[in-house]
Amino acid sequence: MTDASETAIIAPEKIEAPQRSNFSKGLRRLLRHPSGQVGGVVILFLVLCTIGGQAILPYDPLDIDPIKRLRPPSAEHWFGTDELGRDLFSRILYGSRYTLMIGLVSTSIAAAGGIVLGLLAGGGGKLADMVIMRFVDVLLAFPYILLLLAVIAILGPSLWTAMIAVGVGGIPGYARLVRGEVLALREAEYVEAMRALGGGHLRILFGTILPNILSPLVIFASFTIPLTVLAAAALSFLGLGAQPPLPEWGSMLVDARTFLRTAWWVVAAPGVAIFISILGMNLFGNALRDVLDPKGQR
Amino acid sequence: MTALLEIKNLQTEFKTEDGIVRAVDDVTLSVRAGEVLGLVGESGSGKTVTALSILRLIEKPGAIVGGSIRFDGRDVLALAEKDLTELRGDRISMIFQQPKVCLNPVLTVGQQIAEVFLRHRSMEKKDALDQSVELLRSVGIPSPETKVSAYPHELSGGQAQRVMIAIALALTPRILIADEPTTALDVTIQAQIIELLRKLCETTDTALIIVTHDLGVIAEIADRVAVMYAGQIVEEASVEELFDTPQHPYTVGLMQSMPTLGDRRQRLNMIPGSVPRPFHMPVGCRFSPRCRARVEHGLEKCLTDPPALTGETRKLRCWLEGKE
Amino acid sequence: MEVLMGSYIIRRLLMMIPIIFGILLITFLIKALIPTDAVTALFSGTVTEDKAAEAIAQIRAKYDLDKPWYQQFVIYVGNVLQGDLGESIRTRQPVMDEIGYRYVNTLILTAAALFIAILVGLVTGIISAYYKDTWLDVTSMSVGMMGISMPAFFFGFVLIFIFSVQLRWLPVIGRGNFESLILPAVTLGFIEAAALSRITRSSMLDVLSREYIRAARAKGLSETFILFKHALPNALLSILTIIGLQIGNLLGGAFIIEVIFGWHGIGELAVKAIQWRDFTITQAVILISAGTYVLINLVVDVLYTWVDPRVRYD
Repeated sequence: MTDASETAIIAPEKIEAPQRSNFSKGLRRLLRHPSGQVGGVVILFLVLCTIGGQAILPYDPLDIDPIKRLRPPSAEHWFGTDELGRDLFSRILYGSRYTLMIGLVSTSIAAAGGIVLGLLAGGGGKLADMVIMRFVDVLLAFPYILLLLAVIAILGPSLWTAMIAVGVGGIPGYARLVRGEVLALREAEYVEAMRALGGGHLRILFGTILPNILSPLVIFASFTIPLTVLAAAALSFLGLGAQPPLPEWGSMLVDARTFLRTAWWVVAAPGVAIFISILGMNLFGNALRDVLDPKGQR
Repeated sequence: MTALLEIKNLQTEFKTEDGIVRAVDDVTLSVRAGEVLGLVGESGSGKTVTALSILRLIEKPGAIVGGSIRFDGRDVLALAEKDLTELRGDRISMIFQQPKVCLNPVLTVGQQIAEVFLRHRSMEKKDALDQSVELLRSVGIPSPETKVSAYPHELSGGQAQRVMIAIALALTPRILIADEPTTALDVTIQAQIIELLRKLCETTDTALIIVTHDLGVIAEIADRVAVMYAGQIVEEASVEELFDTPQHPYTVGLMQSMPTLGDRRQRLNMIPGSVPRPFHMPVGCRFSPRCRARVEHGLEKCLTDPPALTGETRKLRCWLEGKE
Repeated sequence: MEVLMGSYIIRRLLMMIPIIFGILLITFLIKALIPTDAVTALFSGTVTEDKAAEAIAQIRAKYDLDKPWYQQFVIYVGNVLQGDLGESIRTRQPVMDEIGYRYVNTLILTAAALFIAILVGLVTGIISAYYKDTWLDVTSMSVGMMGISMPAFFFGFVLIFIFSVQLRWLPVIGRGNFESLILPAVTLGFIEAAALSRITRSSMLDVLSREYIRAARAKGLSETFILFKHALPNALLSILTIIGLQIGNLLGGAFIIEVIFGWHGIGELAVKAIQWRDFTITQAVILISAGTYVLINLVVDVLYTWVDPRVRYD
């Protein structure tokens, strides 16, 4: 391939700049990336709101005040108040913890389940591979939202079951990815070397192969985390996830249609909050992919 | 004789993340009607970029930034897009290194040949397809009547290159540019394809520019040779002169690293070091860091001053000229 | 060639058997795994204890809930194969009566949205790829990025607010006619168009960087000809597979959209059924949707072998 690969442009290995420390270089590029900056700020804001807890809120997010029902945005209530007179700004800020929690818990379930299944399928025997992949195929045969509905139908609607459902829904994707990477890596030299040195099967799988597929896993997660949060919010909106009076953004939209005519801010506040959070996560993911996998993009 | 194609001081650059790479730097070449010009050099010497520049096939992030290209009295670099596309595939055509990936996988062989007739000759579709069958026959494709409706994946590499040649020569162009036409093919097929190119170009009086790293191919087919190194032409001569008395130390090195027939084991890379990196171009002669002759002659000038390409019919870019 | 394609389709059908078996098993579990029997849930608190116990026992026997699970599963599969999806626990009516017309409604909504998604997504994706890195591309990609970040339910409300509440052009709530189809279809279609546009752009860019495109340029073909005759058919091949998968998103998305717009499809029914704990309906809706999705992907696969010459002759 040495000569055959010569095309119009000088081979890339000849123009690579001298290597700096990979991690710090990557981090610097991530922070310099415009969409990385915007996304980073959004995520940081969600984290700060979560850490700040009730202390940073102007009002108690659960405090009902019948006199102040459906007030439009004002200096006193920046985002207005809802049908029970609760301060929307406080509820939105407080709700960011659920968004983060859903993202973390669901993704952990999906990644953990997918990694274990994928490693066993790719690194275990033929039988394990067949059984696991058939199972994965069956899960993938359901449209995503329907798989979530099936899980919730079994477990019953709540914030936790929604997170579990979204997590389970994410397992087949991770499993497929990990299996593919394992199969590609299995014959790699250092894995052979480990085997020659007498490394146990599981130790090779989890100790040697797993760390080497982290990069594609992170890239994959950067795609799926926003989808995960979006799906959980949708479940809450359908009344199948977080239940009122929890100030979870999706569940704050359950009765939205009633207020469109009279109090648009009740709909706008949680809607925009979800939109901006997801946008931030997507932008950050974009930047992350650019940094981790520059060839994959353009 | 006046030149059919005249390239003067051509400069082609590529923008990369780390800066601008000048892949072709100050290339001057001319091609006469019906002649076979060999353009020889290592990977990354700029020979392919030079070839692509002639048809303005350089894509972003690359661009031709200087010099001129004249074909048949016309300034190619100044042509409007429409006039340029009329030239391409009709008066000047090109074939590439990897024939299998140069054919569109979802179109039949016939469609891809007929296309040029429809584009440049406004022929009836049926006539164009009939012509395509004839063309396939002329490039030595067996049972052309069935192969005309075949898809590219059903062809072998050699057949694919024959199809590419059929497309390129369909309208009897004045110039055919062949970029490493045999590199991706089996050794046994290579000679057949070269022979086919030679024969077809001869009968149609088409000038051939053959770009290759293989001096064997050059020896077999070329009339005149230009040797490229690090984006520049370092030597230009008739094929006999070049092989009899190579003058540039780089050309000499290339010749010595060429395997002699029947003694393939002795293929030694006689040139120490490697092609300079684009951002670490030597200040003086670009070959100077690898040049043994320079050391033997103790020349300091080579390290500081870039030599110019001098000479009339036989050209050389070297400070050693006449020292031997 | 026909013979080869026929055998491919048969092979593909055989591969579906374990998948369908898996789908049946999972949908069966919806009813079998519930913590309290649906029947108990239905009667709790409505009648006196002993009367309830009697009625429960009766109903359990009627629905075979007293048999071991594997027998129940065999009965379930047998019933499904005969087209019997059971009775609604709540209304005691055959599920099929309720689902039939709703299924059609969902298909209409999904098809309309798919049409919009393909139209908008392909066109903007192709334009973006062709005018890569110009303001057109940047704008289209930015809008696309917002589209994939936009929750469908919020976007639906935004459209209702603009077109129904403010401009009063379209009805807020569905009546099943064409007018009330517009907003839900547009909502769902645009959200999916965003994803499709990005995919179209990247596969077009991939194709446009191939060597056969450069070879086509060397033939003197015009850029538009190359774009539509050489690049697009190749890009469409990979887009087609994605569209097959996206129909899953559309079906799932339709469930949410139906709730927002009061569109009487199976999604709206499923959401209600889960809340009512009417597991027969939930089970039936999920089974039918998964079956539809599997079928659509089969069709896409066959379509693929038909349009891609490389597969066609293998």
